[in-house]
Amino acid sequence: MTMSSPALNVGNGSSAAPAGRAGANEPKKPIYLDYQATTPMDPRVLDAMLPYFVEKFGNPHSRNHAYGWEAEEAVEKARKQVADLIGADEREIIFTSGATESNNLALTGVARFYKDRKNHIVTVVTEHKCVLDTCRHLEMEGFEVTYLPVRQNGLIDLDVLKQAITPKTVMVSVMAVNNEIGVIQPLEEIGHICREHGVFFHTDAAQAFGKIPLDVNRMNIDLMSISGHKIYGPKGIGALFVRRKPRVRLVPLIHGGGQERGFRSGTLPTPLCVGLGEAAAIAKREMTAEAERLKKLRDRFYERIMSRLPEVYLNGDLENRIPGNLNLSFAYVEGEGLMMGIKDLSVSSGSACTSASLEPSYVLRALGVDEELAHTSLRIGFGRFTTEAEVDYAADRIIEAVQKLREMSPLWELAQEGIDLKSIQWAAH
Amino acid sequence: MLVPVYLDYNATAPLKPAVIDAVTAALAEVGNPSSVHRFGRLARRTVETARAEIAALVGAAPAQVVLTSGGTEANNLALNVPGRTVLVSAVEHESVLRPAREALRIPVDRNGIVDLAALDRMLAGIDGPALVAVMLANNETGVIQPVEEVVRIAHAYKARVHCDAVQAAGKIRVDFTALGVDTLALSAHKLGGPQGVGALVVADEPVLTPLLRGGGQERGRRAGTENVAAIAGFGVAAALAAKDLDRMAEIAALRDDMETRLERILPGLPVFGRDVRRLPNTSCLAMPGVPAETQVMAFDLAGVAVSAGAACSSGKVATSHVLAAMGVPPNIANSAIRVSAGWRSTPADFDRFVETWISLWTRLGRAERVAPAA
Repeated sequence: MTMSSPALNVGNGSSAAPAGRAGANEPKKPIYLDYQATTPMDPRVLDAMLPYFVEKFGNPHSRNHAYGWEAEEAVEKARKQVADLIGADEREIIFTSGATESNNLALTGVARFYKDRKNHIVTVVTEHKCVLDTCRHLEMEGFEVTYLPVRQNGLIDLDVLKQAITPKTVMVSVMAVNNEIGVIQPLEEIGHICREHGVFFHTDAAQAFGKIPLDVNRMNIDLMSISGHKIYGPKGIGALFVRRKPRVRLVPLIHGGGQERGFRSGTLPTPLCVGLGEAAAIAKREMTAEAERLKKLRDRFYERIMSRLPEVYLNGDLENRIPGNLNLSFAYVEGEGLMMGIKDLSVSSGSACTSASLEPSYVLRALGVDEELAHTSLRIGFGRFTTEAEVDYAADRIIEAVQKLREMSPLWELAQEGIDLKSIQWAAH
Repeated sequence: MLVPVYLDYNATAPLKPAVIDAVTAALAEVGNPSSVHRFGRLARRTVETARAEIAALVGAAPAQVVLTSGGTEANNLALNVPGRTVLVSAVEHESVLRPAREALRIPVDRNGIVDLAALDRMLAGIDGPALVAVMLANNETGVIQPVEEVVRIAHAYKARVHCDAVQAAGKIRVDFTALGVDTLALSAHKLGGPQGVGALVVADEPVLTPLLRGGGQERGRRAGTENVAAIAGFGVAAALAAKDLDRMAEIAALRDDMETRLERILPGLPVFGRDVRRLPNTSCLAMPGVPAETQVMAFDLAGVAVSAGAACSSGKVATSHVLAAMGVPPNIANSAIRVSAGWRSTPADFDRFVETWISLWTRLGRAERVAPAA
């Protein structure tokens, strides 16, 4: 392959290139198309954070001196910026170490607080691992959990949700946007159903916050998990929105100094809070225009692939989907071979947390994608720093790699001859 | 305007320049350490390099280090021991006391040292598995506990031992293996690293019950995308702290000199834990008759940052549970402040503190003695 392609150089643009480290003899960096795993920091966010690493280093909980007050003021400004993006009050925002902690806190916190009256939780099979693992643990603690199926497009069936709610249900937890297939669940309708039935509605919005408009009041959301590093902010910071009216109560997960009004103890990392706040403020200003730009890029990429490759399947609904995500299955190629063939593209073959394993994605399996096809799937994530040239280059590379693998595949040959592969009885060896 | 003087290192410490460089360099990189592509692998390498540096600071193996969001989470994780009877020293940090609400309190003596005979008696009376939590050094007084002795007693009863070393690491030598504890909590921002990251060092034996469940990070012991940049900073801070440990002797000399100078003004100046082994950087001292709040406000106006006890949430003025456990009468305890120095502290900082203290004592101390506070 030619590493000097002008299109490839775009991949070394401001988004991914580390400041002052791009040596001339270093190998070219791949193009980053994995925006659902994590995002590059926006330089404006970094600028906002820097003073709090340098001269404004105080502990925001120090009540005795100016260093502490200065840090506290910065944390409170950030809290307001986060609240403003979802129509919440700043007193409803608890900072956490990230969306995983927020999800753990929301689920166990509410379940344990109300356990004497209600012991049932409703969630969905395609939730993020940290929601599912927490629910499995709650089952061991004696709670009942219903895991709703999804339809082939990845969306839940609202009637099935309604039927799943019982008088014992304390909470419904449905993610806003799926991390693998990018589909947006009908939040407003789910919120309406939950409010009607008097159950709390928690949503894991790690992939939605800052990407699509969210309004906790219009959508009747009672708890919302938020992540910093998915929206061009820093890792190690997230938030949990907890509604005050009507009040949601929860048992804390981390106890100690009583920070965050007792819901979450531990010194708040001031620079990280500032980073999340700034990332939220930028998203609020630029979300609409950015979504439009990303949708154009995504559609351009999708059309380029679909017009040149047969037997490619889109996983998840196209309409109800964030603009920065595609998840495609390429029939008759071998998944690992495909990844090897596109080494200069950084994409994911599944959720980042489980991508090191060779298990097929449980999300795709839940859509009814068969195991073999699931293994050939790529998650392609576009974001703030993705360019048109990168998108074209990436599409061409994938097309090339798939064509090459199919040329070598006896299965592809059989399929081209019209033989149904499912009907073949393979000899054991 | 006077150059501000920061003497509240036990609350948080300024970041060392090399740490700032490491953090900002890592923030400029993209990559989730769980991703298998190149960006992910580079992020993974950053995390693992730092993990080795953190392990080296306390003489542990990298695989024994579980990265957390900070010291509080590390303490909570260590104390997440369903089914075990928990015993904690009476002077532990809130992040040990609060998660173990039903814990038995091990008393301390007037110097704040845990009562080993009492610990032995208490353990003898417990059926079933137990966990003993004793901090290495106290955040308010700097008093160092005989942790090896605690371990010897506890292990004789097959009890697990957790040690909160958040304040000790970087100030005195901490050797995980020599201490013999089962778990040890660390925090980055107390030793010149960034806020938002800490670690629990875990011996090979105990199996942790995770607090955060999910993606399987930290080998299933702590879920959540790694805080790569902060971890990178923690690693550099740990490496520097190990190297700069000798500098702590200078800090100790400055601290001792400061106490001696104040004592000349006020003979019998109460300095808590002065007769026992203390952290080199910490001094907890009382200005009799002058409430701590009044003192810290006056110090702040003079541009000197000190603290009236632990930096936590409440802002409430409560008597220190540490001093109370040491048997300090409330009126004395409520006039105690904490002075804590660190890597950037200079003799001039201590001079400013001493000057301010003396002028305050001259102004308020005497007046209060004429008309004692109600």
